[in-house]
This record gives sequence, C-alpha cells and structure tokens, in this order.
Amino acid sequence: MPGLITMDDLTNDEIISILDDAERLLPVARGEIYLPLLQGRILGNLFFEPSTRTRMSFETAMKRLGGDVVNLGDVKTSSVVKGETLFDTIQMVDGYTDIIAMRHPRQGAAQYACDSANVPILNGGDGAGHHPTQTMLDLFTIRQSHGTLEGLNVVLAGDLRYGRTVHSLSHALVRFGCNVTFASPESLRMPEEIVADLKVHGAEVVETDDLLGQINDADVIYMTRIQKERFPDEDEYAKVAGAYKLQASDLDGAKAEMIIMHPLPRVNEIHPSVDSTRHARYFEQAFNGVVARMALMCRLLGVDVPATIGTEGGIQ
Amino acid sequence: MSQEANMRRVTAIKNGTVIDHVPAGKALSVLKMLGIGGDMSNPVSLVMNVPSKKMGGKDIIKVEDRELTQHELDRLALVAPDASVAIIRAYSVAEKLDINLTDEVVNVARCTFSNCITENPREPLPHRLIVTKRDPLELRCRYCGKKQDIEALVDNLI
Repeated sequence: MPGLITMDDLTNDEIISILDDAERLLPVARGEIYLPLLQGRILGNLFFEPSTRTRMSFETAMKRLGGDVVNLGDVKTSSVVKGETLFDTIQMVDGYTDIIAMRHPRQGAAQYACDSANVPILNGGDGAGHHPTQTMLDLFTIRQSHGTLEGLNVVLAGDLRYGRTVHSLSHALVRFGCNVTFASPESLRMPEEIVADLKVHGAEVVETDDLLGQINDADVIYMTRIQKERFPDEDEYAKVAGAYKLQASDLDGAKAEMIIMHPLPRVNEIHPSVDSTRHARYFEQAFNGVVARMALMCRLLGVDVPATIGTEGGIQ
Repeated sequence: MSQEANMRRVTAIKNGTVIDHVPAGKALSVLKMLGIGGDMSNPVSLVMNVPSKKMGGKDIIKVEDRELTQHELDRLALVAPDASVAIIRAYSVAEKLDINLTDEVVNVARCTFSNCITENPREPLPHRLIVTKRDPLELRCRYCGKKQDIEALVDNLI
C-alpha cells in the first residue's frame, strides 16, 4: 500500500497539489468550518517514541475532518514491551484502522511497516531517518511566507547529523531549486549519503560551522536542537551549543522577509527575544502541522478536498 | 606465470565447480558466502594470490563433486562480481556460468547499520539490499536507506 515514508514518495507536482489542498483546509483546521471529509475513518497513532506536536497534530487533523483516532498509548504498557515484533503490531493495527501514523526509534521502521501493512503508513519519524510529514508542514510554512518554494536561500542549522527533520527537508528544498547551506559543528554534519544524494540532484551544497555569517543572505533559517546526549562531556556540549544560538540582536542585517523556523521543542537555540521579531515563524509552523496532515490523510485515503471550501459542503 | 601453471597448483577435478578470477584475498569470503565450511565432506581446493594478467592477482576455488546452482553463485556478486565459474564433468568444462548482480539482493546479508529495524532477528520480512551503483558496487538497505559497508556485509551473511 502506498504511504509517505520519504519525500521521494511524492513528485514536486504532488507536493504542490497537497500544499494547495492544505491551504484550502485552513479554516477547517482553525475550527471555523466543520468539514467531515474523513467521517467514519480511523487513524492509528503508533508512537513508539515520545512525541507532542506530531502526535497531537495528527489527532487534531483527523478529528477536525470528522474521523476518529486510536492510540498505541504508552509503549511501556503495550504489547511491545512483551517483545512483539513491529510486523505483528502492524498486522493488528492494520485491522483496526484505515491509516497509520507512526514514529519509531529504529531507522527504516516506517518502510518496514509500509511493507507489512495494507493501510497507508505516514512516517512520523524513524530513528535519525526521515520525517516527511514535518517536511510538508515546513514547505507549507515557507510557501505561506515567501509565496514560492523555488530559488530560496535556506540555511539549515544545528544538529544535522541526527536531526531527521532536516534530512527530509533538504531533499525537498533541493528538488525545488533552493540553495541550501548547512551550518553545524563538525561532529554534527549532515550524513555523507544525504549530501551525496543532494549532489545527484544537481545541488550545490555549502557546509560551514559559521551560522551568524549566513544570516544576511538567508530567506529561511531553519534551526534545530543540539542534544546534550550526543556529546561525550558537558564542556564540549556547552562549547558547541553556544555557537548555535540566535537572539534578536543577531538579526539586524537580515532581509526583512527572512523567516526563522524550528521543528520545536527548542531549548536555548532561539532566545525568547526572537519571538517578537517579524522573522519568527515557529509557532505558526507548529499550527501548520494540522493542515498539512489533514491534506496528506485525505490524499492517502483517496478523498478529494473540495476546490472551494465555504459554508456549502461544510457546517459552519 | 601461465594460466595452465596457475591451474596446476592444485590438481584438476573430475566433477564439480571451479570459480576463477576471484579478487585476490577474497576466496575465504566467497566460501563463507557459499556456506562452504569445515562441516562439508566434499574436497575443496583453494589457491590465493596467484598472478593474473587481467587482475594483477587472483584467487581460485575448486569444489569437488558439487555443482553450484545459479542462485548460489549470484550471492557471490557482493564480493566477486567478475568471477568466472565453470561446471566440470568428467574433467571437462560442461557449462560456463555468469554471476548476475540483480537490482535487489534479497536475504543474502543483513543490513550493516546497527539501528536498522532489521537488527531484530525476530522481524520476519526479508532482508533487502538495493543496488544503487554497480561500479564500484554500492548497496543501500531498502528499509533504513543506509549505504552498506561491503566488507562488513560479509560478516552479516544469512
């Protein structure tokens, strides 16, 4: 069954068409219009790892469209702790639901689930692998601000090695002809095979450890969290993390329309002083997770989003 | 040194399989890939690091009284894609076989990435490695997408 495992599962035309659907669904996501396009459908939320935004926005998206959700719940009290294989878990949930959203600590788990299931699988993150539904909401946010996805200067910063959101996003950006700059400490550089893939697409990839030097030319700065546990000792972490912090005063030379994004949660990498600047987009970005996931679920379940969404067809 | 001299380093076999043009030093990996070990009763002869015009150096393997199947030989594509294989009957070459590298290598070796979902030996789906480049050989796991370390794959044979 087709699913969304990596961004390679969607063509550029499909991405644009899903983003268009998402845009029309905005009033539904905000609760201004009730449009039960997925009434009678059940989403299985299988989060084998902690998640707040991804899990909640999937749940909100399904409920705003009139569908229902069943959750795996706490992994510690599920059959997984008894040693059930992913294959068996998927067989079971496949029978209960119409579509599955999944996050798993093991890389490749989403493709594995997709090969095991009859219902579509949406990859909500597999180890340090991919996170394509996050990419769709990121692209939605970028297009919302800049009116296009093409030819933008995008800086991806922070933990590029383990940060799965930037793996999926960089693939998509390059396909739309964006110039991508990777700003990260040496030890957290983008994995070699991803850089190789991007170059195959004809991208010129710039890798640097200087984030602040990239600000003035950027149209988008995409920050990620540097996780303490990736470092052998606290001093090393403090040294590295300190170089990847943004505060309002760093943005004086930035383009007026430059936006700052973050998949959240943030820790120290974006100072609260940035929140009130014209550049901050991370909270809108988190909200956009609902529309992007609404549009994706409709597409994978073969439900057309109406060309116009007004009072007719919906219940206001 | 001539081809004949190379071949005479071990005696000619009456019936069985000869695998020639194995990259120098890879003969033991080839035996491992074919599941040929000490518990097998058929005689097996090995010559390693003999000079070769084509390859500089090469290994040769002779397995007596066993005709390897095409399916078994295709497993060798991971370590010896250019090896030449002859089936011997009554001291003569009865058949010459090629090693075929298919687009996907299924259930030959486990992915080498330690955090791949296929690390759990109880997961039942087949191990699938996709050939993404042929020269030099490059494989990626269908599931986790990680590029495989070919040397390490030999230790992950199924």
